Amino acid sequence: MNHIRAINRKARRIEEHVAESEGDILALQQGPGPKPHIPMGCSLVFYPGWEVDSAGGTAGLCQPVERDLFDCYVTCFWPAHVPDHLNNAPDWTSKCATGTKDWRNIDIVFP
Amino acid sequence: MTTYALAESHRFHAAAADFLYLVPSGGIFSLDQLSAAILDALAPGPLSREQLIGRVSQRIACPPVEVASCVHELCQVRAIRDVATTVVDSPQALPDHFPLQTLVLNVTNQCNLSCQYCYEFGEDKIATPEGKKKFMDVETAQSSVDYLLAQSEGRRSVHITFFGGETLMNFPLLRHVVDYSREQAGRKGVNIDFSLTTNATLLTPAIIDFLAENHVGVTVSIDGPKEMNDKFRVFSNGRGSYEIMEPKIRELLARHHTRPIAARVTLTSHAMDVFKIYRHLKHALGFHEVGFAPVTTSPDRLYSINEPGMHQVFAQFGELAEEYLQFALRGELHGFSNVSDTLAELHQGVNKSHPCGAALGLVGVGPSGDIAPCHRFVDSDEHVLGNVATGIDRQKQSAFLNRGNIQSKHACHTCWARPLCAGGCHHEAFVRYGDTGHPNLHYCDWIRGWTHTCLEIYGVLAEQNPSFLEYFAERKAQ
Repeated sequence: MNHIRAINRKARRIEEHVAESEGDILALQQGPGPKPHIPMGCSLVFYPGWEVDSAGGTAGLCQPVERDLFDCYVTCFWPAHVPDHLNNAPDWTSKCATGTKDWRNIDIVFP
Repeated sequence: MTTYALAESHRFHAAAADFLYLVPSGGIFSLDQLSAAILDALAPGPLSREQLIGRVSQRIACPPVEVASCVHELCQVRAIRDVATTVVDSPQALPDHFPLQTLVLNVTNQCNLSCQYCYEFGEDKIATPEGKKKFMDVETAQSSVDYLLAQSEGRRSVHITFFGGETLMNFPLLRHVVDYSREQAGRKGVNIDFSLTTNATLLTPAIIDFLAENHVGVTVSIDGPKEMNDKFRVFSNGRGSYEIMEPKIRELLARHHTRPIAARVTLTSHAMDVFKIYRHLKHALGFHEVGFAPVTTSPDRLYSINEPGMHQVFAQFGELAEEYLQFALRGELHGFSNVSDTLAELHQGVNKSHPCGAALGLVGVGPSGDIAPCHRFVDSDEHVLGNVATGIDRQKQSAFLNRGNIQSKHACHTCWARPLCAGGCHHEAFVRYGDTGHPNLHYCDWIRGWTHTCLEIYGVLAEQNPSFLEYFAERKAQ
């Protein structure tokens, strides 16, 4: 605390409590602070232009549509959309080197 | 967009510094120029973040980023709040079992005086002693001690206060209880200490020596010099008690050095010159401490203090408190214990759910062994909570506690002094309003004024002699 000074014991306890929570996970507890806030994971943000381009198609997207698949697969664990590559389908993308070109080679997985 | 508003708090100024007393936490912070400016800017009403930072940075020529970081600090300690987020402080539930700390043992309900304002025998009495034991017997006293030790699980030390009636009318029992409870507490490895309240008329050198040897703290009820004391503190034939008490008090103060000896003054319409009373008790007689409390009464009694009287008392309290401060700045102890008591609570930053420990850590036990919330309710059929032989009726206890909880005193919810006051004495409330859970509204201005006075003293000490405050560092309850 730079601008207020704890005087009595309770104030010192409040200060300690604040110091502890400052060192803890901030993102979801305190809302946007003064610094830019970058949340983790795709579900927290809306990316306009990701799904359709300005013409309503998918050709002019800044990322190919197929990246969605790998965005869910690599950076998130979203089992509803992609097979579980850790336990049950470790090889389901082994024939797909580049998603935008080889996506047709991705195996169909039957649960 | 974030909009900020002041949270509940009380500003005060002491020793050229700005302070903030936070409600309900009880924290006290000192403010710098910037934090004070932010609070000033919000005083008229809520402001958006942009407005607040803009105005303050302009007013005191401070970079906005610095103002923003100060706003952040004030938010964290809940001095200001974002109006969009309502922080609901859900009341902390009382623990299922709250271990006893103090037993007030009414060793007798008999008294050799007939003080007219006495809450036990006077016009506003609530006790119904008819047909009950007048003197506590040895068996009841021993089971009371056993009850205290059994119910104080986890405490390192416990306390017994002897009370009456006139306590010394049953001195043989008192002596027995001291010996018995020392032995029992020693067996459990618990520290025990004792105190008693007396009118001093029955003190003898032998009794005084016993009290001194056993470190029994003594509080003497006395209302000031002869003319004030004898107005209401009289024998049943109307004769004043001062002349009997005075030599005995002098003897007590001369022989008993193991604990501070305190005087307890009941302020009435005929004893309200606080200065004169204090000077007499502290300097002429030599008490270590003097504590004052206005008489508990219905408003229309002869001895009750009217409103102008209360103003006068309050003004004198303020002057005597100023004298306390001058002593404290020199590192000396002053005997005005009302200030010490309040400073101790401010230093801890208490935030009370209940005004006192009655029916929580403290209970009163009557001569018959009946348990009451405190000594003031002893022998009142309406308030009995149980008996030392059978224990406390937990339902009655929680009914009493729920009634007295600050959560149920709605009038207190907007008052900044509630962390310390919590609505005031249960007994006072019952006498005045017929309900132990009623806030003592007739004292609100007094309590706020007094708390403010003590906050200012606390602030000056924090700035100019903080080491004095360490005197209050030891927590009472352990």
